[in-house]
Amino acid sequence: MRRRVVNALPAVVLVATLLGAWEVYVESGQVSAFVLPAPHAMAAALWNNGSLIWSNFLVTAQEVGLGLCAALIAGFATALAIHFSPLARRAIYPLAVGSQAVPVAVLAAPLVFWWGFGMSPKLVVIALICFFPIVVSMVDGLGAVDPDQLKLLHTLDASRWQAFRMAELPAALPAALSGARIALAVGMIAAYIAEISTAGTSAGLGHEINTDLTALQTPRAWAATAVLFVAAVACFYSLALAERRLAPWAHRPRGENR
Amino acid sequence: MFTGIKDSPRSPETNRQAAGVSVTGVSRAYRDSKRTVIRALAGVSLHASHGELLAVVGPSGCGKTTLLELICGLQSPDAGTIVCAPAALMPQRDLLLPWLSALDNAALALRIAHRTRPAARAQAAELFAELGLRGFEEAHPHELSGGMRQRVAFLRTLLAGKPVLCLDEPFGALDAITRAEMQGWLSQALQREPRTVVLVTHDVEEAVMLADRVAVLSPRPGRVVSELEVTPGRPRSRTDPAVVALRERALIALGSGSTR
Repeated sequence: MRRRVVNALPAVVLVATLLGAWEVYVESGQVSAFVLPAPHAMAAALWNNGSLIWSNFLVTAQEVGLGLCAALIAGFATALAIHFSPLARRAIYPLAVGSQAVPVAVLAAPLVFWWGFGMSPKLVVIALICFFPIVVSMVDGLGAVDPDQLKLLHTLDASRWQAFRMAELPAALPAALSGARIALAVGMIAAYIAEISTAGTSAGLGHEINTDLTALQTPRAWAATAVLFVAAVACFYSLALAERRLAPWAHRPRGENR
Repeated sequence: MFTGIKDSPRSPETNRQAAGVSVTGVSRAYRDSKRTVIRALAGVSLHASHGELLAVVGPSGCGKTTLLELICGLQSPDAGTIVCAPAALMPQRDLLLPWLSALDNAALALRIAHRTRPAARAQAAELFAELGLRGFEEAHPHELSGGMRQRVAFLRTLLAGKPVLCLDEPFGALDAITRAEMQGWLSQALQREPRTVVLVTHDVEEAVMLADRVAVLSPRPGRVVSELEVTPGRPRSRTDPAVVALRERALIALGSGSTR
């Protein structure tokens, strides 16, 4: 526990320093509080609008969670197809890379047309954005298994499926979890993009930030941003912790790695 | 002089041919990453009878690993024939799966053969004690010493239940003391669990200490320059004059192979 506190110290000191500098800068009057609110104003906005921000956070968290699950399922299936079939690799990979360049705005209209004004089109947007890092890291992870390891399993008469289950799949786990970690962090901004680009959105932190900015409620927009920021950090590190539990062999102390 | 094989406790009369290894006139070439043709083996002929331990010594890069992969059926020869019972390979690197415990690694072949996990682990556990691994069943590979990892890897090869074992420099990465310990231990293990063994090594002394017969390969492309019967009975001593003499003969054969 004490070590964990010590580990977090540099980040805490850095954030405190940045907030302090920010506060001094805004208080010096060189920038309007509508353009850039001071940290104390953000804190006040968070305090006064706690329940509103919380309810919007729950909406966004649900979108990110479900969108990420969809991306994980689709990403895993795609990575398997790419791993096992050279044809699928040639066919799907360029498409997956290209999909990253498609601005969500152009997809918003057809997505709403197909899935209506509910949560579904937002989930699709989040899943699309999270899909790519998951697929790439999983494909790399599945390919990263030691070829000699597969040779050895072959001499022990392992079938293709057994070699996959016993060597390739566990070997890919750390990379897959790293991919999920990146996808989670990206998922937060994906939720914002999804909420502002699909018609009929009436809740969520992204929606709130956007309406607050147009209504010159800048401190509240920044308070909501801070919540997104903290959520991304928390998710990232809890997944890192899960990775240590699920794939402890990938986290040996240095020097023991032969 | 011809006593090494006949006196061996590892040669029951049954199935002599079936469980042996016969390599006749085998050549093998491959292309490296720069597309250059590498001739690994050129007309190698070797034979190991049932229960015999054949050591293959040669300088680094003389195609020893290629030879074992041919025997195990991982590659096919370009020329020549290989007649061999099913063979299990113990590769140079232990290649233990880092996410499995030592016991589960040893039992890998049994799991592949669809034995239940408790049954496979129980069978492997019996041998754990014999190999001085008791108490390390649940340790993961990175928690084991190099010698222990090699023992687990050997156990995994043994439990594959194949009549032929191909050992590729099994003790090459170990320090001298551990290596001597492991050699003694391998001799004992093979007396309890007789198998036909092809042991590849670049250590002439190791070959003479362990083998019934030693085949000396030339530098690449590998071919057999000499074959020596190892007659002294077991257990052998490094300082036994007969052992020393054999070692010298093998070293001379190695030297003649490289200065042809």
